[in-house]
Amino acid sequence: MKQIKHHLTDELIMGYSAGTLPEAFNLAIATHVSMCDACRAAVESYDAVGGTVLEQCETVEMSAQALADTLAMIKQDGPAAPVAATSSRAADVPAPLADYISGSLDDVKWKPVGMGVKQAILETSKEASARLLYIPAGTAVPDHGHNGTELTLVLRGAFFDEEDYFGPGDIEVATEADEHTPVADIGADCICLAVTDAPLKFRGLLPRLAQPFLRI
Amino acid sequence: MLEVLDISETLDNLPPPSRASNAVKCRKGTGKKHVAMTEPNTKPAWVDHVTRIRDHKDETAFAELFAHFAPRVKSFLMRGGGDATIAEECTQEVMATLWQKAHLFDPSRASVSTWVFTVARNKKIDHLRKQKRPEPEDLPWGPEVEPEQSDVLVMQQETEALGRALSELPEKQRDLVEKAYFGDMSHTEIAEVTGLPLGTIKSRIRLALDRLRHAMK
Repeated sequence: MKQIKHHLTDELIMGYSAGTLPEAFNLAIATHVSMCDACRAAVESYDAVGGTVLEQCETVEMSAQALADTLAMIKQDGPAAPVAATSSRAADVPAPLADYISGSLDDVKWKPVGMGVKQAILETSKEASARLLYIPAGTAVPDHGHNGTELTLVLRGAFFDEEDYFGPGDIEVATEADEHTPVADIGADCICLAVTDAPLKFRGLLPRLAQPFLRI
Repeated sequence: MLEVLDISETLDNLPPPSRASNAVKCRKGTGKKHVAMTEPNTKPAWVDHVTRIRDHKDETAFAELFAHFAPRVKSFLMRGGGDATIAEECTQEVMATLWQKAHLFDPSRASVSTWVFTVARNKKIDHLRKQKRPEPEDLPWGPEVEPEQSDVLVMQQETEALGRALSELPEKQRDLVEKAYFGDMSHTEIAEVTGLPLGTIKSRIRLALDRLRHAMK
């Protein structure tokens, strides 16, 4: 098990458990949790809160034939189909991410965004966006602030900024208050999953180089 | 509470390797030997029902589970603006899913109410919000291990303790927690309701994960 030093916040874990976050955030969180036992335990704890809230909540009466209808549905549907094996995916692509990219990180169809940096946008619901970022070893991403919340999960390689070092499995949670200059570690090219709920409407108004790092 | 302490101590006194080898043995065996050990007065809520549904397709057990949980699931699905007719249909689908996925439930890591909540939540995202729900990768040991009965009991006790802690919160905070799970609170609003009393249940789940990971090495 890799040593993961940068984890999710309680707000994000609770939002994931409650089911109120945009799909892109759920993707980054599920991918991190797949790599991090501490956050997995935290998610299951917040699920337990959800179970307790459900146990204690007010009830709404079901229709008279609801049970009979459900049993009929069960008999009609038969046993659940076995879950498809996921053994074909690459070792450094956790299962939740594998549903959004085809094959390994080496097969991603990258689009250049300048200075050797490349990105691939992943298809999620529109309230937030997700993309893979490819940052060549030693390359600095231009100084940038954040609109909204941005999560950056390292999948391969590492990056550092003024304060911290982020290796595989580490997730950086940045908010509007944060401004930084991430630099890919010199040792290897860095691939990250980055998600943000920043608004998309300013696209095209920003300098070409900085744009991909501010928002898609 | 004395019972809780006794069981916790018993668990702490067992060295991890011996528990690990037990877990491996169970995995290879029939997987049923621990069920009979349940004491009538310490039976975890609803776990037995799920086992009967899984092993015997027991419709009586299902009817009881349905009577308890379906009206709660419907309530959950209607909150945040859900239509009653759609909520009724979705609730039936949630309950059918519980039947079909009974073999995936692991009572050493979650209570039945937690499991029902996660299935209902996923239905809400999938059907009402029309989104995919990325889920964490399954752990390599899978859910087929028949868990130790003592682990199941401790999880049940932690769940009850969490339930008491929640019901004892000041009303305003308890309302916020319910709104966070049932309504459509944003995650910045959710920040206000974190700091919940999760200490013991969290370390309990962490312990189970660590031990199982160790057992599979």
